[in-house]
Amino acid sequence: MVREGLVRSLQALEAEVEGLGRAVAQALRHALHSLKAQDLELAQAVVSGDLEINRQRFAIEEKCLELLATQQPMASDLRLITALMHIVTDLERMGDHAAGLARITLLIGKTPLIKPLVDIPRMTELALGMLEGALDALRRRDAEAARRIALRDDEVDALHDQVHRELFLLMIQEPRNITQATYLMWASHNLERFADLVTNICERVIFVVTGRMEELNVSG
Amino acid sequence: MTIYWDEVPSPVLAIQGFSAWYGKAQVLRGVTLEIPERRVTAIIGPSGCGKSTLIRSINRMNDLIPGFRAEGAILFRGLNVYDPKVDPVEIRRRIGMVFQKPNPFPKSIFENVAFGLRVNGFRGNLRERVEWALRRAALWDEVKDDLHRKTGYDLSGGQQQRLCIARALAVEPEVLLMDEPCSALDPVATAKIEDLIRELSSSVTIVIVTHNMQQAARVSDYTAFLLLGELVEYGPTRELFTRPKDPRTEAYITGRFG
Repeated sequence: MVREGLVRSLQALEAEVEGLGRAVAQALRHALHSLKAQDLELAQAVVSGDLEINRQRFAIEEKCLELLATQQPMASDLRLITALMHIVTDLERMGDHAAGLARITLLIGKTPLIKPLVDIPRMTELALGMLEGALDALRRRDAEAARRIALRDDEVDALHDQVHRELFLLMIQEPRNITQATYLMWASHNLERFADLVTNICERVIFVVTGRMEELNVSG
Repeated sequence: MTIYWDEVPSPVLAIQGFSAWYGKAQVLRGVTLEIPERRVTAIIGPSGCGKSTLIRSINRMNDLIPGFRAEGAILFRGLNVYDPKVDPVEIRRRIGMVFQKPNPFPKSIFENVAFGLRVNGFRGNLRERVEWALRRAALWDEVKDDLHRKTGYDLSGGQQQRLCIARALAVEPEVLLMDEPCSALDPVATAKIEDLIRELSSSVTIVIVTHNMQQAARVSDYTAFLLLGELVEYGPTRELFTRPKDPRTEAYITGRFG
């Protein structure tokens, strides 16, 4: 086997992208927990932790550029590196949405919640499952799995619509709810976007495997 | 063998089931491919895969090697270049060649370019034609004041190679074969030759053999991958380098061979 250096660098790079994915998943998990428990300290930690996610994203992009410039990768190597560059950009945006959710916790503060949180945790679980599945599909080079995972975005979208309807109702019933209901709409929006970005990652996984660009989930 | 198209757009050369031997050693095994007109076609593959033999077979340069034997056909505009009635000298005028190492003659720059014209009994304006060829080879501005004062040997390696290209272009070939034309050149001289290849491809069909895959990717429209004398994959360069269909092509271009 020749080009062992390149092979090793690519493996290390992929491991770093997975690490970034795990960090983003953890940020979202903590953001949700902070919202449910009204834990402002945890929320603040998620917001500041986003800086580290951004830093890692640039560090990985830098390494991708270095490999492109020094190794002149071809075919599947070239596809992997360009896909990873897109994937870290998506992950970085997902980190922003996790931080966005944590900011909602800070905005609501210690004011009692106007309703028990049901659908927002469900959306979070779905989105986290999608992210985990997408990273797993990348690791296994499984385009079929990536297509299936992207389909789950519809469930997240449906929950997002449901959350909105419910919050509108609460606002109509009681105008004092408007401020917090608006915040919760933003929370839901962050989760909906988070899941959308997972479908982008799925598209890149398909590109790595097949070399084709495929738009997934255009209905959503 | 993976070929991407049913019909090559206006093929100028059709290589059909072409096999070749040096003595008992078979170096090409039933290669079939068509070369489209006024495009750059690159032939890549590891050392010893037969790429130089293939390109040198096109204008019968291998005839001069003892023990060389070929089967199959190479059709140039429908005419089999291996037909006993075909004059190899005429074939080599219509299908020019540039080699790995620049090989100028120890004569003036002017005479280097005029040589082929004189041999072919050219009756037009020699000065004009020499200028025309040097301009097409992007060398004119660098040598116009020294045409008779300097010899081919006084030029740099990159200039010598462009001089050889000018010499080949002077007799207006329809096809230009290039066998590793940049392997003896530095990156700047290489870039000039590559630009020139792109430029020339609007008027001449170019077939280039290169072991430099990045070069093949940069200059060619189509790429053929040869391995152990066999054509493995042939298609648009962009496709072959981003999503090769044959695992052997993938292994070679990603450097995972051996």
